[in-house]
Amino acid sequence: MNAISQFPLLEVRRLTKTYGIGDAAFQALKGINLTIQRGEFVAIMGPSGSGKSTLMNVLGCLDTPTSGSYIYEGIEVETLTSEERSLLRRYALGFIFQGFNLLARTSAQENVELPLLYRGISRKVRHEKAFAALTSVGLPTKFASTPGELSGGQQQRVAIARAIVTEPSTLFADEPTGNLDSVTTREVMEILTRLNVDRGITVLMVTHDDEVAASARRKIVIKDGIIESDTKPSV
Amino acid sequence: MIWNAFAIAVREIGRNPTRAFLTVLGIFIGVAAIITMVTLGQGATIAVKAQISSLGSNLLTLRPGAGFGSRSASAGVPNFTEKDADCLGEQIASIAAIAPVRTASLSTIYLHNARSSTVTGTTPIYFQISKWNLADGRFFNEADLRSGSAVCVIGNTVRKELFDTGNPIGEKIRIGRASCEVIGLLATKGQAGMGDQDDTIIVPLSALQRRMIGKTSSHDISQISISAHDGTDSIALIAEITTLMRQRRNLQSNQDNNFNIFDTRQIAETLGSTTQLMTMLLAAVAGVSLLVGGIGIMNIMLVSVTERTREIGIRLAIGATAREVLLQFLVEAVTLSCVGGLVGILLAIALCASLARIISVPFNFNLQINLIAFLFSAAVGVIFGYTPARGAARLNPIDALRHE
Repeated sequence: MNAISQFPLLEVRRLTKTYGIGDAAFQALKGINLTIQRGEFVAIMGPSGSGKSTLMNVLGCLDTPTSGSYIYEGIEVETLTSEERSLLRRYALGFIFQGFNLLARTSAQENVELPLLYRGISRKVRHEKAFAALTSVGLPTKFASTPGELSGGQQQRVAIARAIVTEPSTLFADEPTGNLDSVTTREVMEILTRLNVDRGITVLMVTHDDEVAASARRKIVIKDGIIESDTKPSV
Repeated sequence: MIWNAFAIAVREIGRNPTRAFLTVLGIFIGVAAIITMVTLGQGATIAVKAQISSLGSNLLTLRPGAGFGSRSASAGVPNFTEKDADCLGEQIASIAAIAPVRTASLSTIYLHNARSSTVTGTTPIYFQISKWNLADGRFFNEADLRSGSAVCVIGNTVRKELFDTGNPIGEKIRIGRASCEVIGLLATKGQAGMGDQDDTIIVPLSALQRRMIGKTSSHDISQISISAHDGTDSIALIAEITTLMRQRRNLQSNQDNNFNIFDTRQIAETLGSTTQLMTMLLAAVAGVSLLVGGIGIMNIMLVSVTERTREIGIRLAIGATAREVLLQFLVEAVTLSCVGGLVGILLAIALCASLARIISVPFNFNLQINLIAFLFSAAVGVIFGYTPARGAARLNPIDALRHE
C-alpha cells in the first residue's frame, strides 16, 4: 500500500442538510459520519424520505450540505465554489440516475461523448473512447440511436457508458435499476460489479431493492437522516 | 472554450428545428416590418419633397380672391393687371423675378385629336420661376412676347394626347381661335399632389390676350408668379407684397384682402412634416410588431424552459461549469437572433424594392434603420433566450435535474 491510498477516498463528518427555512424546514440529514475507501462497492439503503438520495447527491457534489465537513481525496469540498465542484465532477465523478437523464434527440454516441467534450478532448479520441465505452456496456451497434429509440435497459447502459467514459474514480448510481425489469436489472448490476472488480472504480449506489443491494459488499442503511446500520464485508 | 460552446450550440439548434424556426420567425418578422415601414415612409417623404421643389421652392403665387381654394370668394373680385406685376417687381427688392400669368381653358386641336387644355399666357421669365426645363425645342423669348407670335410650349401630357408618339416641334395646333406653332416640349415634372403638372400649354401672354381669347379686357391677368432671392424671409416678403397690393387695390383698413398669396415653401414644409409624422407613426407600428415578435420568442423560450433546465442539469452533472453552459445558451440565442435579423433585412430589402416600385416612391437603403432593427431584435432574442438559462445554471445541478 502506498502513502496516498492510506487516506480514505472520501470522509464526511457531522454532515447535515436542511431543506426550507423556519417552520417549514425539513432536516433530511442529521449528522452523518462516513468513511469510504477506494474500490468499495457500497449500497445505501433506506425507506423513502430517509435521506439516502440526499446523502448521495451531497457526496456526488450535485447538492451542497448545510453544515459539516466533506473531504474527497484530500479536497475540502465544502470550501469549493460551484465552478470548482463542476470541475471535480468533470474529472473524478460519474453519475447514473434512475431516470437515465440522457439528452433527448441526441444519439448514444453524442451522449457518451458529451463529458469528453467538456474536457476538450479531440474528436477522434472522443470517438474512440465512446466506442470503447459503449462496447463495454454491450451496445456497440447502438451508436446512432437516440434515447427515444432505445429500451430502458439500453438507455441505462448508454448512461453508464457516459459515466465511465471519463474513467472516474467514483461512480454514483441513484436507483440505477428503479425503472428496469428484472432481466435488465441483472444486466446493469453485472456491468456495475464488473466495473468495480475489474477497473477498481468505487461504486456508491442508492437502492431500496435487497436483491440489487446484494451485489454490494458494504451496506449502509439510513433512516430519518442518520445511519442506522453499516455492514462492512468480513475481511 | 468559445469554439466548443459554439459547436455545442449549433448542434443543439439543429436538434430542435421547430424551436429554432419559431425563434427566428419572431425576430425576422419584427425586423422586416420595421425596416420596410421606415424605408417606405422615408421614400414617400423624399418623393413629396422632390415634387414640391419641382414647383419652385421660392415661388409665391398671387391670386385674386380671399383664400386659396375658395372659388366663391373670388367671384366679383377684380383681376390683377400687368401694371400690378410691374409695380411689385420695381418696388420690392427681394423679388428676383416676377411673371404675370393669365390662364384660360381652351380647346386644342391637332388633326383629328381634340381636347380641352389649360393654356397659360405669360412672359419668358415664367419658365425660370416655375423651374421648367426643355425636353426639346426652345422657350419663347421677349421678341415673341412683343410681337405676340402664335407660338407655344407644351407639356408632355398634351404631347401624348395630341401627337401620340410623333414629334410635335414645328407642328401647328389650333388653340382657341388661333393656329399656333409648337416650338418647345417641356421636361416632365409629374404629379404634384394638385394635379398633373405636365398637362399644360404655355404661350406668350400677348398671344393669349390678342389672338386666342379675343375681345376681353386685354390687360387683365389672373395670377402673378413671383420668385424671391435665395435666403429671403418669405413672411416679410409676403407682408410687403400684401401692403403694396392693398394700396394698389384701394382697400380700406377695415376691408379684408381680396387676393391671396400662396407660398410653396410653406406648403413644402407642411407636407414634409406631415409625411415625417407618418413615417414616425409607421415606425411606431413596426416597433410594436418587433415587440410582439420579442414576446413570441419569450414564449418559445419559456415553454421550453423545463426541458432546457433539465438539459442544463445534465450538463452540470457531467462536469460542465455554469459559465460553459451559459456561454452555450448565449451563443444559441445570438446565433438564432442574428439569423433572424439577417433574414429579416433581406426580406425587407426585397419588400421595399418591390413595394417602392408599386407605389412609385424612391427606394433608398437606410443603413441606420437596418442597424437599429437588427441590434434591437438581437437584443430581444439574446435577453429572452439567455435570461431563463441564467436562472437554471445558478441552481444546484440536482435541482436543475429535478425541475418539473
